[in-house]
Amino acid sequence: MSTTTPTPRVSTRRLLLVGLAVSLLIAGVVSFYASGHPDGLEYVAHSLGFGDAATSSPTAGSPLADYGVSGVSNARLSGGLAGVIGAVVTGALVLGLVLLVRRRGPRDRGRA
Amino acid sequence: MTPLEVAVHVPDGFLDAPTSVTTGVAAAAVVGASLVRAARHELDDRTAPLAGLVAVFVFAAQMVNFPVGAGTSGHLLGAALAAVLVGPATATLCLTVVLAVQAFLFADGGVTALGTNVLLMGTVAVWVGYLVARGVLALLPRRPASIPAAAACGALVSVPVAALAFVGLYALGGAAPIPLDQLAGAMVGWHVLIGIGEAVITFLAVSSIVAARPDLVHAARGRLPELTLKTPEPVA
Repeated sequence: MSTTTPTPRVSTRRLLLVGLAVSLLIAGVVSFYASGHPDGLEYVAHSLGFGDAATSSPTAGSPLADYGVSGVSNARLSGGLAGVIGAVVTGALVLGLVLLVRRRGPRDRGRA
Repeated sequence: MTPLEVAVHVPDGFLDAPTSVTTGVAAAAVVGASLVRAARHELDDRTAPLAGLVAVFVFAAQMVNFPVGAGTSGHLLGAALAAVLVGPATATLCLTVVLAVQAFLFADGGVTALGTNVLLMGTVAVWVGYLVARGVLALLPRRPASIPAAAACGALVSVPVAALAFVGLYALGGAAPIPLDQLAGAMVGWHVLIGIGEAVITFLAVSSIVAARPDLVHAARGRLPELTLKTPEPVA
């Protein structure tokens, strides 16, 4: 960890490529090993008796519903593919959004 | 699988319609304000790509539930992580896109509950995480290495506070009458444990970015030695 030299050591391109690779690995491969236990909210909802109030999502029929690709039977492949698709869609949407609203040109805060 | 087996976010049906409409309107207002604030104060040509990366990482990490004991799990919210790295308003935008993709493509988290989830995870957790991190940062030495530690503190606090905010909404428009003190106790108890996992992941992720490119980190602005400011952009 850098404690003394805060100078940039990695190019933006390299940072993005490595970050993207790590994220896709998590979404595409590591996600298969995620805990299947109910999460905190679900657990509390069921133990206190309001879990049944949850209704099925109107998008439950989506081909990607519940992090699987419908038609792909291999669970590892189906979940991994769904994760990669979701990560790519998320990244594209956010990148498009921030590129639309960002200020053009270098930041005008004493580092012209 | 039923939606509940994978949904971590508030599903449809937990809150009544008026509450969901109200949170939807409030969330839309927050997103609008965040667009303005992000454009004015947070995003520029240099930092915009990091926002994309943060959103991708948060989406990916949210898929990985980690066990927190007794048959319960949790996953990263990523709110404090995003707020420290790209600024709170941009973090709200990132979390909102993640939550919308999850709700519409993956049926994870309700659609009528999307506003609730944007408020809880994309707003409350973001700002609590950010303000706690800033507060801790003010107490620590002015070094890059202080940033991950401060982010971890923000992460730890952000999760139980978001859980408490859910209890508040449930008090206003919960589907079934249950004792609120029990709900609050159980929610906070479990989410403190989840917050510990959140803190660990946030520490690691923020450490990596701070080590590689401290100049891009929002919370580092004005806190780094002068030498960061020498050239506009080292490599394209």
